[in-house]
Amino acid sequence: MSQEKWKVTYRIFRKKGTESSKFEDFELEVSPDEYVLDGVERVWAFHDRSLTFRHACHHSTCGACGMVVNGFEKLSCITPIREITQNGGVVKVEPMRNFPVISDLVVDMGLFYSRMDMVGQRQVIPLEEEPTQAGIQTGPVERDGGYVRLSDCIECGLCISACPIVATTPAYLGPAVLAGAQQNGLERTPKLLDLVDTEDGVWRCHSAYECTAVCPSNVEPAWRIMDLRKQVVKAKLKGLFGGS
Amino acid sequence: MIESQEKSKTSGVAKWFDPRWRHSGTWAFILNRVTALGLTVYLYLHLVILRSLAGGPEAYDGFLATIRSPIFVFGELLVVIGGLIHGLNGLRIALNSFGIAVPYQRQLFYGLMVIAIITSVIFGVRMFTA
Repeated sequence: MSQEKWKVTYRIFRKKGTESSKFEDFELEVSPDEYVLDGVERVWAFHDRSLTFRHACHHSTCGACGMVVNGFEKLSCITPIREITQNGGVVKVEPMRNFPVISDLVVDMGLFYSRMDMVGQRQVIPLEEEPTQAGIQTGPVERDGGYVRLSDCIECGLCISACPIVATTPAYLGPAVLAGAQQNGLERTPKLLDLVDTEDGVWRCHSAYECTAVCPSNVEPAWRIMDLRKQVVKAKLKGLFGGS
Repeated sequence: MIESQEKSKTSGVAKWFDPRWRHSGTWAFILNRVTALGLTVYLYLHLVILRSLAGGPEAYDGFLATIRSPIFVFGELLVVIGGLIHGLNGLRIALNSFGIAVPYQRQLFYGLMVIAIITSVIFGVRMFTA
């Protein structure tokens, strides 16, 4: 890390309970190579212990620290301060869009997680279903025809935050959930067809591609949604012509 | 700690037309909606004007004199531009919806918009020099 020091203003969204939201400014001296999350933690540690925010792994694995930083959806643990401002500049930190705000930078991810469960991307898998016990099974198909052994989605919610359709229709399943459904595939889990083949499923996507643009984890939700559409059409045609 | 004067903004349909902090996919999304609204307004106006032409030769001659004015020619050029943008971007969305070229949607958007701009310039030159 360089010895350079910057003076930046952290402008942080604050909301407690039923109070109106507001922004509070905190002047910090930071290294530009530090990450946005480091500054948020410093605000909490040395300026205001009432600030609430989520963080865990600090290396883009857990997905906990998704925030809107200077207007863009970012994982704050891997966003260098140097990347989003300059010496004397402002780091504006807000909670993710399109989620209910619980407190300050913490949003309610409950509906999102339950939808991920519904498409088979479960938070907790019963021990008897653990793959090494159940035997190795063929997994979902990738764009190049290969199989996925590990899922890239860290369920950070940045794609949901960036999606213009979610902004107007909370009923829309959203990019991460549809990507999760695509990863499982309709051939493996036909029961997903009724969930995704709806006006709030695959057909609600209007190709803004913000999900893929903001995803920190190579999920490419947009491609997965289009592939899921192909799977849905194939399944419907099969059903129409009586295929198995 | 200083309380900032800035207030939080809410999202909604208005967000559909806000290109700030967004990427090229959203710019295409916005362009499609704006051109769709424009073309819809044009279609309505077109039908209203066509109806007025049923008023006989005097109405038609008066109409022809009006549409030759520079403002109307410019308006027609906007319709052409809107149609090109909407149509070519629609082609991109149609291809992507069938899973074709999705990883290249950004390049496709830029390329098709270059075609739209070049074609618009050609139309513009011809319309204003005719």
